[in-house]
Amino acid sequence: MNFWEYLSSRRELLTFETWQHASMVFQCVVAALLIGVLIGLAVYRSETLSKFATSTAGVVFTVPSLALLGLLITPLGLGVAPSVVALTLYSLLPIVRNTIVGLAGVDRTLVDAARGIGMNRGRILLRVELPLAWPVILTGVRVATQLAMGIGAIAAYVSGPGLGEQIFSGLARLGGANSINMTLAGTLGIVILALIFDGCLMLIGRLTTPRGIRA
Amino acid sequence: MPDTLPDPSAGGDGEPRAGGAAASGPSETPGPAGPSEPAGPSEAALASAAQEPGAFSASGSSSERAAPSGASEPPGPSDRPDASGGPPGGEGGRDRAGIELINVTKRFPGQRTPAVDDVSLTIPGGEIVVLLGPSGSGKTTTMRLINRLIEPTSGRIIVAGREAMGLDPNELRRHIGYVIQNAGLFPHMTVGTNVGLVPQMLGWDKKRIAERVDELLRLVDLPPEQFRDRYPRELSGGQQQRVGVARALGADPPAMLMDEPFGALDPITRERLQDELLQLQEELGKTIVFVTHDVDEALKLGDRIAILDKGSRIVQYATPQEILLNPADEYVEQFLGGAQAMKLLKFSRVADVPLQQVPQARPEDDAAAVRERIGTADDSFAIVLDGRSRPVRWITAADLEGVTGPIGERGEPAATPIRARNTLQQALEALIQIEHEWVPVVGPRGVYRGTVTLATLQNAIKEMKEQAKARRRQDRTAAP
Repeated sequence: MNFWEYLSSRRELLTFETWQHASMVFQCVVAALLIGVLIGLAVYRSETLSKFATSTAGVVFTVPSLALLGLLITPLGLGVAPSVVALTLYSLLPIVRNTIVGLAGVDRTLVDAARGIGMNRGRILLRVELPLAWPVILTGVRVATQLAMGIGAIAAYVSGPGLGEQIFSGLARLGGANSINMTLAGTLGIVILALIFDGCLMLIGRLTTPRGIRA
Repeated sequence: MPDTLPDPSAGGDGEPRAGGAAASGPSETPGPAGPSEPAGPSEAALASAAQEPGAFSASGSSSERAAPSGASEPPGPSDRPDASGGPPGGEGGRDRAGIELINVTKRFPGQRTPAVDDVSLTIPGGEIVVLLGPSGSGKTTTMRLINRLIEPTSGRIIVAGREAMGLDPNELRRHIGYVIQNAGLFPHMTVGTNVGLVPQMLGWDKKRIAERVDELLRLVDLPPEQFRDRYPRELSGGQQQRVGVARALGADPPAMLMDEPFGALDPITRERLQDELLQLQEELGKTIVFVTHDVDEALKLGDRIAILDKGSRIVQYATPQEILLNPADEYVEQFLGGAQAMKLLKFSRVADVPLQQVPQARPEDDAAAVRERIGTADDSFAIVLDGRSRPVRWITAADLEGVTGPIGERGEPAATPIRARNTLQQALEALIQIEHEWVPVVGPRGVYRGTVTLATLQNAIKEMKEQAKARRRQDRTAAP
């Protein structure tokens, strides 16, 4: 059975797993975006807190994904729960860091001008600081998405959903029938998904960034 | 455009008109007894401008009213026919737009000396007051105390008749225009959105905001159709700063704070924007606090200048002439940097010298009556004004020889008028260039105010100098 034959014979399974992979990555990144921006907002005005938040997220990042997933089995069991938690944690770092960098990078004189014309804190945040930091935050989201795509494959190690299943079972019976096809299908699927997601994010970036601050 | 904006004296948007009793009487007499005493009572306008009392940190309320017809032009769109007869009715509104700092101190935590040390300053409504000083003198801090971007440690601040400390700071700031260096426009918003921000915060409806935005853009000479939907970065520095001014005027505030607004612009653009600001001010009559470290800019723009030293100590607070003719001390002199006679010409305004009055006529006036007017006066001509009191032609008795009925289109076209806001240097320039020996002077909206000749300028300068000399003599005898 060559690769194409394999693909057509397992079409339903592959479509399902691809969909699951995409859905998992999407949900985890959205969760990370919400949590990350909130953390960023909470800390960006204090340099100490900013450093603390970035380095904590950095520490999480250095834990090997395989180890983190394994460690999460104890409290969360197998399946979706540890996968989602791990993916969200990994996605947090780029988002938190970029939120902090983006907000800190907003020109102070603009905030002064905003105060000077009578904007209150909330309005300054919503109308000046967040919109100006948005392109940087979105870049963080793109990095987080790429990251989650790759790490999402390893979620199969804890029986998580997604295309990782193809890769893991392929590698497990290396030399056997279809083993290469399975690994290839999983890998290519993830690469294609990653490209599609990145394209979408780029589009979102263009649509949500006003012409005035587009690079 | 006489009615682009509501009368500033009607108190900006939503500003209640506080009790009207505040306006002190129409005193033409100089204010508090001080080192400056009047010398010659003859030239009323010049005298009131040059002997401007209120040198040194003036907080007496009478001092700021001394020169209603001299140093500054009466604002307000109404074409008041004449402002020489003492403060007209509208004056009260100006005072209510004034700003007052009373014993204000600002001490930043961790600093031993206060940044602003017990400063009292009265900024009369409708005038441009420049805070001039080297960096570190606390001039920006002083300005930022007014809209409470910095909270004072102690003291009182009164803006447009209301205690600033008793108001919600954001509400206060929406009613005080704020212009900063580089304009501080929000780059992610269009020009129109930037300009409409304050009206939007005040809850205006969309249509009203859109109209206001267009009106403001026209006011600062940026055609709305062309600029409304552009983004700040697509504009030049000068254009950006004009948008900055438009944004500050959003809700037609009675007062504006300008923090070195033209500091980052090239010299040519800076000059142009300064001129435009003066022109705008002629229309709007806002109370403007202007911070700069540029002496020439201060002399050009200020109705009054407060020269500040460390801790925002006010070394001298007076009109540009007074400062040029009679610097309070060496510090001020050093700051001015010499060439004061030329600066006097360059920075004195035509409005500050007594203008020559010639007979006036209207096209519909009877020729015989006009001839009589010309004949009885010393001057050999009359100036013909149009329906809106703008000078159009001049006419001599000879032109009217044997004419009956209305004078109509007779006479010769008048020279291009100079504005009362123009400098004496510009007037001199105009006088040298034209073939007549006089030029008409006009006020806001081109309304005729008088004429000026070379002799007028010469006398004015001589008068100023003599008065300054007299004052110095007096100071010397009074000192010990």
